[in-house]
Amino acid sequence: MHENNPAPLVELRSVTKKYSGVTALEAVDFSVRPGEAVCLAGENGSGKSTLIKIISGVEPASGGSIFFNGNEYPKITPRLAASMGVMVIFQDFSLFPNLSVAENIAFGSLLSSELKVFDRSKTVLIAQKALDQIGVDIDLETRVENLSVAQKQLVAVCRALASKARLIIMDEPTTALTQKEVRRLQDIIQMLKLNGVAVIFVSHKLSEVLEVSEKVFVLRNGKKVAEGPASDFDTTKLTYHMTGKDVSLSDPGSLSKDAATLMEVSSLTKHGAFADINFNLRAGEVLGITGLLGSGRTSVAKAIFGLVEPDSGSIRVDGEKLELGDPQKSAAAGIGYVPEDRLTEGLFLTQSIMRNVAIGRLDSHTSGYILNIVSLLDEAQSWLKKLSVKAPNVDAPVQSLSGGNQQRVALARWLARSPRILILNGPSVGVDVGSKAEIHEIIRTLSASGIGILVISDDLPELLSTCHRILVMRDGSIIDSFDRNNVNEGDLAQRLAS
Amino acid sequence: MNFISKDLLKRNETLVAVVIALFCIIATIADPRFFSITTVSDLLRASIVIGILAVGAMVVLVSGGIDVSFTAIAVFAMYSSSVLFLSINPDASWPMIFCVSIAFGAFLGAINGVLIALIGLPTLIVTLGTLSVFRGFLLTFIGSQRISDLPPSMRDFSRGVIARGTTEAGNFYSIPWSVLALLFVIVLTWVILQKTMLGRSIYAIGGSVESARRIGINVKWTQFFVYVYVGALAGLAGIIYGSVGRMADPFSLVGLELSVIAAVVLGGARLIGGYGTITGTLLGVALIVIVQNSLIVIGIPTTWQSVTIGLLILIGTGLPAYRAKKVAKNAG
Amino acid sequence: MLRYMFKKPQLSSPEFRLLLITILVFLSMAALSPDRFLSSQNLTSMAFQFPEFAILALAMTITMMTGGIDLSVVGVANFSAVTAALILTHFADPSMSGSQSLTWLALAIFAAVLVGCISGFINGILVSFFGLPAILATLGSGLVFTGFAIAMTGGSAVMGFPDTVALIGNSQIIGIPVPLIIFGVLATLLGLILTRTAFGLRVTMYGANPLAALYAAVNIDKMLVKVYMLAGVFSSVSGLIVMSRANSAKADYGSSYLLLAVLIAVLGGINPYGGYGRVIGVVLAVLSMQFLSSGLNMLQVSNFAREFIWGALLILVMVINTYSSRFSTNSGR
Repeated sequence: MHENNPAPLVELRSVTKKYSGVTALEAVDFSVRPGEAVCLAGENGSGKSTLIKIISGVEPASGGSIFFNGNEYPKITPRLAASMGVMVIFQDFSLFPNLSVAENIAFGSLLSSELKVFDRSKTVLIAQKALDQIGVDIDLETRVENLSVAQKQLVAVCRALASKARLIIMDEPTTALTQKEVRRLQDIIQMLKLNGVAVIFVSHKLSEVLEVSEKVFVLRNGKKVAEGPASDFDTTKLTYHMTGKDVSLSDPGSLSKDAATLMEVSSLTKHGAFADINFNLRAGEVLGITGLLGSGRTSVAKAIFGLVEPDSGSIRVDGEKLELGDPQKSAAAGIGYVPEDRLTEGLFLTQSIMRNVAIGRLDSHTSGYILNIVSLLDEAQSWLKKLSVKAPNVDAPVQSLSGGNQQRVALARWLARSPRILILNGPSVGVDVGSKAEIHEIIRTLSASGIGILVISDDLPELLSTCHRILVMRDGSIIDSFDRNNVNEGDLAQRLAS
Repeated sequence: MNFISKDLLKRNETLVAVVIALFCIIATIADPRFFSITTVSDLLRASIVIGILAVGAMVVLVSGGIDVSFTAIAVFAMYSSSVLFLSINPDASWPMIFCVSIAFGAFLGAINGVLIALIGLPTLIVTLGTLSVFRGFLLTFIGSQRISDLPPSMRDFSRGVIARGTTEAGNFYSIPWSVLALLFVIVLTWVILQKTMLGRSIYAIGGSVESARRIGINVKWTQFFVYVYVGALAGLAGIIYGSVGRMADPFSLVGLELSVIAAVVLGGARLIGGYGTITGTLLGVALIVIVQNSLIVIGIPTTWQSVTIGLLILIGTGLPAYRAKKVAKNAG
Repeated sequence: MLRYMFKKPQLSSPEFRLLLITILVFLSMAALSPDRFLSSQNLTSMAFQFPEFAILALAMTITMMTGGIDLSVVGVANFSAVTAALILTHFADPSMSGSQSLTWLALAIFAAVLVGCISGFINGILVSFFGLPAILATLGSGLVFTGFAIAMTGGSAVMGFPDTVALIGNSQIIGIPVPLIIFGVLATLLGLILTRTAFGLRVTMYGANPLAALYAAVNIDKMLVKVYMLAGVFSSVSGLIVMSRANSAKADYGSSYLLLAVLIAVLGGINPYGGYGRVIGVVLAVLSMQFLSSGLNMLQVSNFAREFIWGALLILVMVINTYSSRFSTNSGR
């Protein structure tokens, strides 16, 4: 009996994965033992998703060997992985919104029991057992669509348990949770571990990564670059491993003391999202807003842009009251918004780069009813050049560009409209390190030209290197305001986590 | 939260029930004879074919698709089986003829299944296509003559009644066998949807196809089953229609799909999939049938029938859609 | 910059494939009945026939480009035609003088187009403001419009127009059938709208990604209403042509045209999920369908078989589209 040294649940030895010419993983050794919580950290494109796909059988490895419980399996299918107890909880939780909590939890287990008949009471039993196992109380009859994000995540965890998971892989689990909920998740992880269930977190969120796991495994460019107990790492060390660079914090540009007030947000309130939000934005100022997701920061940003209509409060731009709840009015007032999710919210992937940039300027280049395509094209190209977008053919669909270039196209679109205020939500998410620094430089340049910029981000180094001031939000309220000169990353992290 | 979700569900169905009650009241005021068992039995008769088709259409909607070809399947199955038996065995019993019609329906449904479930084509446009293919094939290769000389057993079926009689008030009523067919379809569908993993999988697929795939549901074959099932039901509905009408008319039934879909969406089934109950569907059918049959009594000429049903669809689906839009917008 | 004026047809584009198909169909039909198919009588007759459904296909096209669909096109066409017909029969009669009847004709046309406009406006409001899925909105509204036409006519045909009415659908200007001219104008107009106006570009981009359009501060409601109004106007024009050619108006004319309009749009390369479509594709699809239709007619193929063939064609085209897009690496159109 190997009580002190149980065989690993999953072990990868020298595993390699190539996709038509691109090496996603190179000779990676990875293992997870029962009851162990590992954090798989890495930037976008580091290979962490690929590693997960290989463990869960979605993709075959190109080389190396994979062991479950000490036995080698040359070929792994999703079904095999599931029978080994490997369950993946994706970011969208893969739940059925129209079915009850009980059914969602029990479905997988019922399916694998190969029964044709649906036994409702058995379903309730299975579900209740899973809920009890992690000590949570949710009404089993509620439709999942009526649950909060955190509750949905719990249902997803319960489902994995009910399906007799031995290894639960969670993809970016803390992305949509408030602090309180993150803590509850941590407790649940503990309980899972006590039950001998292993957990792998896939994450790029540094502070939460360290808090929740006991072992850290860092990938960069498909190779393992660091592995060890979480206590051995801090955010700086992790950043260094994840990015391969000593990312030194640069500074935001200077801000004139006489800068005029561009925007005044007063008593902005929306039931269920944010309450009594007050702040000012000056010309040329870069104001950061941070907080865990669920803190209301995105809702506030959307409210300024008109995508969300507040219940009360007001916003003044250049002294003029802004009509709320209408994106066209916000845009007309000179407010631009670059959304968080570039792929689904920000860009028209199948449409050309030109069109993506020009979409806000169509009416300006119209005389009579006809669009002057030549001038439109010229203007678009000049913006692409200003932002150093590498795009040889502006007719190519924007999805052909890299993440960093795509983000620049999204920026170009709003810059072409000569905004007074620019809201950037997650400006460097999914962007390689080089482009990230360049985007930060662009932010600095824009602020120097007098544009007021709101940066919504949970990337603390990013906030510190671009913002003059940082607001911290929690549960819908602003709980703190920091001047860049008076705060460092540690303070911020602490304020967020407390 | 539990109460709210149950409430919202009930809301749609109660709304429909209220409108039904309203129509009945107005009709009775206009003509007191409306409120009689004769009316009930007449309405029941009128509901059977639409009811069977609507239950099938509902299952398709729950799975996340939409099928407009079921009326073509119904008439094809009905006409073909009639023609078949007239030529090889006119004295066949009606159960046999009915089974063959159901089989024809299932086969045509399988064609839809291959195109939609296995190849993955968009449901509305494909079934628009198969509607024409089935009907065109029927009229071109099988026949375009109206046949009134049907196998005698079909006539026997149409004559069969569960109960008949005359009330003291002098109202005549009769409840035909075909009501049992509708009941059978209701029970069978209810069992499948509520008591089998297959049925729950249909709801799951309608809720989220991707999640269904990930959890291991065999999406392709479940969807395939759905289209075969609705085809089989259409075959049953068609042959009942032909028997009761004492005629195999290849030009009939097509055109009814609008009323059927109206009934199903009014009953609460949603186009996005994952939602739909048999109770709601039956209420929707009742509404459509009552509207169609009570307009004259109320004094609205039949020429305004289309307008009424169209408005019902728009209001019945427009209000929930608007409400849902407001809720989504408020979510922030 | 000139390349934006005249987009060079690429050999791999779906429109080029369509051109080949159109030529193929023409040649096949010509080969099957050379004397009759290639006669000037037939060619002229075809040119008179196809605009009716072709204009409906144009209406379908613009709604499909937003990812929606307009199932009410035939209903609107008939509603418009019936309105015009009733005006003509109530206020004008066959015995009227030319100029008088022309005035009434003009009024009737104006009324019909107005009906198309308002019907389209209603569709647009249902889809944008109420958030109804286009299928349900236009299904219901189609029933309502057809219903109005039934109610206004009692279900029977409206007849008895002055002679000038026949001019729309049956006369020629410098040898070109008027319906063809009307179609040509409308097709060119739609093509220009889609490629050379801000509105048209917004339509395409909205169809490609409605959420991104919201985030780009596009006035979506206004755009959708305009889209459906345009479809409504096109439908009413089609209705007028039908009325002129049939010399009557009825609530249920052209019931098979709905399927045909969808078929032509899909055949013409319009992506039913939205975001892609070229008018030239629709025009080629229209021609293919007309050649096929006339050719089949000459081969004495019944109307029913034609229905069968159209349905089969629609399915075939969709299957080909699905498999060719699965194998194509170039998804950027």
